[in-house]
Amino acid sequence: MGPYLLRRFMIMIPTLFAISIASFVLIQLPPGDYVTTLIAQYSAQGDQLDAARIQALEQRYGIGEPMIVQYWKWISGILFHLDFGESFAWGKPVSELLAERLPLTIAMSIGTLLFIWAVSFPIGIYSALRQYSVGDYVFTLIGFIGLATPNFLIALVLMYLGMQYFGTGAGGLLSPEWQGAPWNLGKLLDLLGHLWVPLLVWGTAGTAGMIRILRSNLLDEIRKPYVTAARARGVSETKLTLKYPLRVALNPFFSTIGWVLASLIAADAIVSKVLNLPTMGPLLLDSLKSQDMYLAGSIILISATLTVIGTLISDLLLGWLDPRVRLGAR
Amino acid sequence: MMTNAQQLRDLPAGADVHHEDPTAEGHGADREVAVASQWQLTWWSFRRHKLAMVGAVVTLGLYLVVVFAGFLAPYAKSYYSAEHAYAPPQAVKLVDDEGNWGLHVNPQSAEQDPSTLQLTWTTDTTAETDLGFFVKGQEYELFGFLTLDRHLFGPADPTSEEPVYLLGADKNGHDILSRMIHGTTVSMTIGLVGVAISLLIAILLGGLSGLLGGATDTVIQRVIEFLMSLPAIPLWMALAAAVPATWTPLERYFAIIVILSLIGWTGLAREVRGKFMSVRQEEYITAATIDGAKRGRLIFRHMLPQFTSHIIASLSLSIPAMILAETSLSWLGLGLQAPVVSWGVLLQEAQNVRVITTAPWIMIPGIAVVVAVLALNFFGDGLRDAADPYKH
Repeated sequence: MGPYLLRRFMIMIPTLFAISIASFVLIQLPPGDYVTTLIAQYSAQGDQLDAARIQALEQRYGIGEPMIVQYWKWISGILFHLDFGESFAWGKPVSELLAERLPLTIAMSIGTLLFIWAVSFPIGIYSALRQYSVGDYVFTLIGFIGLATPNFLIALVLMYLGMQYFGTGAGGLLSPEWQGAPWNLGKLLDLLGHLWVPLLVWGTAGTAGMIRILRSNLLDEIRKPYVTAARARGVSETKLTLKYPLRVALNPFFSTIGWVLASLIAADAIVSKVLNLPTMGPLLLDSLKSQDMYLAGSIILISATLTVIGTLISDLLLGWLDPRVRLGAR
Repeated sequence: MMTNAQQLRDLPAGADVHHEDPTAEGHGADREVAVASQWQLTWWSFRRHKLAMVGAVVTLGLYLVVVFAGFLAPYAKSYYSAEHAYAPPQAVKLVDDEGNWGLHVNPQSAEQDPSTLQLTWTTDTTAETDLGFFVKGQEYELFGFLTLDRHLFGPADPTSEEPVYLLGADKNGHDILSRMIHGTTVSMTIGLVGVAISLLIAILLGGLSGLLGGATDTVIQRVIEFLMSLPAIPLWMALAAAVPATWTPLERYFAIIVILSLIGWTGLAREVRGKFMSVRQEEYITAATIDGAKRGRLIFRHMLPQFTSHIIASLSLSIPAMILAETSLSWLGLGLQAPVVSWGVLLQEAQNVRVITTAPWIMIPGIAVVVAVLALNFFGDGLRDAADPYKH
C-alpha cells in the first residue's frame, strides 16, 4: 500500500499545478485588470480611489509586472496566507465569502453522495437480480428520465408540485420564522424539512447513473463461469450473489466518488439558483456574470481541487478494496 | 475458426423473420448470415432492440422537424401578440355549442385585477377561430432558398387578429408551440456540430496516441486526464461568461459549440486510442504490414473500418449530453441569448417558481429536451449493442 499511496500523491502535484494555471488564466480572461475595474466602479459611483490605495493594490496583485510574477503573487498568497484576493462586487476578501459557503456546500455534497448510495445500492441489486421484471423496467424508466431531464427542470417541477400540493415554501434552507433564530430542535427540524428537496434534485441524476452502472456490472459478473461453478456445487443463491459478484460490482461506488463530487458542484450551481440555497454555486454564477474574477477563479480552483481530492480518496479506497488496482498498476 | 460459424448461427433472430422462403429449412438463413456484410449484421441486431428502434424513429422525426421547421410551425419565431402574454393553452374543438362541425378554438382575453395585477383569462365560447391544414400564413424560407407561406396548420383566415396558441404563450405573447418547433433547429444541431468537432480532435489525438505510443502517448494521456479531472460545468460557465457580450448571436453560437466540444473529446479520444492499440496487434494487421501496405492504407483500409461502428455509437451518445449542457448554460443566461431560439433559451423564462405557478406551460419546451435526450440515448444504446454483431 505504501508505494501505491506515494505514487498516487506524486501524480496529484502536477495536476494541482495545472489546475492553478487554468484558474489563473480564467481570472485574466476578461479584458482589463482588477484595479482598472475597481477604479471604473468607483468613478461610476462618482467616487475616487486615492492614489496610495491604487498603488497598494497594484503592488499586491503585481499589476503591470510580467504574468509569471502576477501568478506567483496570486498563488503564494493562497498557499501561504489563504489570501484568495478581493471580491470587488462584495467588497470583501474572497476567503471570507468562501468560509461562509464552503461548509454547507461540502456538507450537502456528502449528504447527496450518501443519498445516492443509499438509493442506488438496493435498486441496482434488485434490477440486476430480477432483470426484465416489472420493477426493473419501472426503475430503468425512472432512471432514464432522471438522466434525460436537466437538473433545473427537476428542481422547478419538484418545487412547483411542493407548492401546489404540499404547501412548502419557495426554496431556501429555513422558513422565514426561523431565520436568525438561535439553533434549537425546532430550527433543526425545519432545516431537515427543507433539505430533502435539494438532496432529491442533486441526487436524481447521480442515482440514475449509479443504478445503471451497478446493474450492468452485476449482470456481467453473475454470468461469469465462477458463479455457475459455485451454483453447480450447491452454494445458496444469496451467498452466491452477495459474497463475490457484489463485491466486484461495488467498485463503481468508490471509483465514482471523484466525478460524483465534480458533478455535484456543477449541479449545485444550477439547482441552488432555483432553490435559493446559500452554497457556492450561485456565488460562482454571480461572480462570472459580474466578472468578479478573483472570486470566480478561486471557486473554480477550489472545486477542481475538491474533485482531485475526491479522485484521490476513491483511488485509495479502490486500492484497499481491490488488490488488482493496488498491485496491477505498477 | 469453428467458433465463428457457431456465433453466426446464434446471432440474428431477425434473419429468420427476414427470410421468407419456406423450403430453405433454416439452412438458408445460415447461409444468408454467413455472407451478410458487417453492416447488414449490425442492422439485424439493431432491429431486434425495440426501444432503440423507437429512439431512432423519434430522432429521425426531430431532424425532419429541423428541416421543415418553418412549414410545421404555425407562426414565425418573432411573431407575438402583446395582449396575449402568458395566455394559457387553448383546446382544439371539433364541434361547437350549436353542433356545427369544424376544427376551431375559442378566443381568449385577459382581465387584470387592478389591485393584485393578477391576470384572469376568460374563454369566449360564442366566437370561433377556425383552424385549417395547409393554410396561408407568414412567409418563411425552406432549405435557405424556397420562400413559402403555407403552414401545416394554423388559423384558416390569415388576416385573423386572434392568435391560435395551442400550447399557450410566454411573457411577450410569443406562441410557445411555434418557438419550440423553431428552437429544435438550434438545439438539435448544436449537438451535431459539437460532436463533429469533438470527433475531429478525438480521432486526431486519440489516433496519434494509440498509433505512436511512447512519449506522445504519455503526454496526450496526461492532458486528457487533466481535462477530465476538471469539473465540467463550472469550467463551461467560466468560459461561456468570458465570451464577449458584443458578439453576434451566430458567433456566440459557435463559441458555445467550441466550448462544449472542448471537454467532450476526451472520452472519445480514449476510446479511439484503446481501439487503435488493440487492433494494432491483430494478426491481419501484421499480415497487411508484411504484404507491404503503406501506413495510410493500414489505418484507413484496415484499422478504421474495424471500429467505425463503435465510434458512431459513442457519438450518438454524446449528442444528448451536449443538448443538456446547452440547455443548462442557456437557462443560466451564459449560453445562447435571444433572439436566437433554442429550447434552453425558451426555458430561460422559467427562472423561478413564481412564474411557473402563474404559467406552468412555459415549462413545455422542457418536454422536448427530455424526449430528444431519451430518444438519442436509446438510439445510441441500441447502436452500441449492435455495433459489435460478433459479440455473444
